Amino acid sequence: MAQAPSDREIIGPTLREIAADWSADQEVFRHTHWGKAMMWIFLLSDTFIFSCFLTGYMTMRSSAVLPWPDTAKVFALDIGGHEIPLVLIAIMTFALISSSGTMAMAVNFGYQRDRRKTTMLMLLTALFGLTFLGMQAFEWTKLIFEEGVRPWYNPMGAPQFGASFFMITGFHGLHVTCGVLLLLIIASKVARGHYDRTGDYSAVEIAGLYWHFVDLVWVFIFAFFYLW
Amino acid sequence: MQHDPSITHEAQQHPISLYLKVWGLLFLLSAMSYLVDYMHVQGIMRWTLIIVFMLLKAGLIVSIFMHMAWERLSLIYAILVPPLVLLVLVRIMTIEANYAFWTRAIFMGGGG
Repeated sequence: MAQAPSDREIIGPTLREIAADWSADQEVFRHTHWGKAMMWIFLLSDTFIFSCFLTGYMTMRSSAVLPWPDTAKVFALDIGGHEIPLVLIAIMTFALISSSGTMAMAVNFGYQRDRRKTTMLMLLTALFGLTFLGMQAFEWTKLIFEEGVRPWYNPMGAPQFGASFFMITGFHGLHVTCGVLLLLIIASKVARGHYDRTGDYSAVEIAGLYWHFVDLVWVFIFAFFYLW
Repeated sequence: MQHDPSITHEAQQHPISLYLKVWGLLFLLSAMSYLVDYMHVQGIMRWTLIIVFMLLKAGLIVSIFMHMAWERLSLIYAILVPPLVLLVLVRIMTIEANYAFWTRAIFMGGGG
């Protein structure tokens, strides 16, 4: 009767095989630019951060006993005597989507090595980002000073509204701010011909990935926080 | 950092019209989800429409703008599969939220 193999014999080689496969990880993503793969991994981790915020918001909102404020009314603006619901948020959404469009074109012109168009489109993208940030600053000011909302208090109902609003939009705004800085840095490098010398325009695409992600997160915030 | 230059410039040339089309679609979808709120669509219809428009927008951004549609399958799976476990978190937190809500309602007289 053959002796049964010990655990060590079974697990040992298998584990070693897995370790060997993954320690050779340049083989997994060998067709992808290393910077791009790393940016994707970073964005994956960022996905989890924002998902935790949104899930936390869901938990707070569905366990709140006080009524949740009607976001359509809270974020309404008075334009020409008419109260238009959510109009500021709609404009912010369009600004961010437009910035994504210009960024996608900048990436395209980057690979065509068109320095002037790439720089101009990236600066335009940054400008849209700054427009978004300006409107967000306006929105925060209105909410803090006119409505009196605080992270721990909300005169319109559930205090959890203030907590989740400042946390989620604040963290997203921080991402937009970092994105604008990144775009300006990369755009100035493009303008100075840095990537023509290295012969590699991937940095534009990698900055683009980050920027599109910021837009992507806004899609979810817009749906879950403002429209729900 | 060194790398093989032949691998970075593949398959990233698309006509500008493609980006303009996606841009237009994103505008349209945003406008439609805004209209859901503006027209006061309520109940299950509202949630379905919001989620459908949201997923369509997210899909367009990830696949076209972020070029995921032209990436290799190993990268696509590495990025898109892990977030699925978030559904488990959402389920767990739904149960937790229900528990917290009823605890507050019953023992704190609804003031919590």
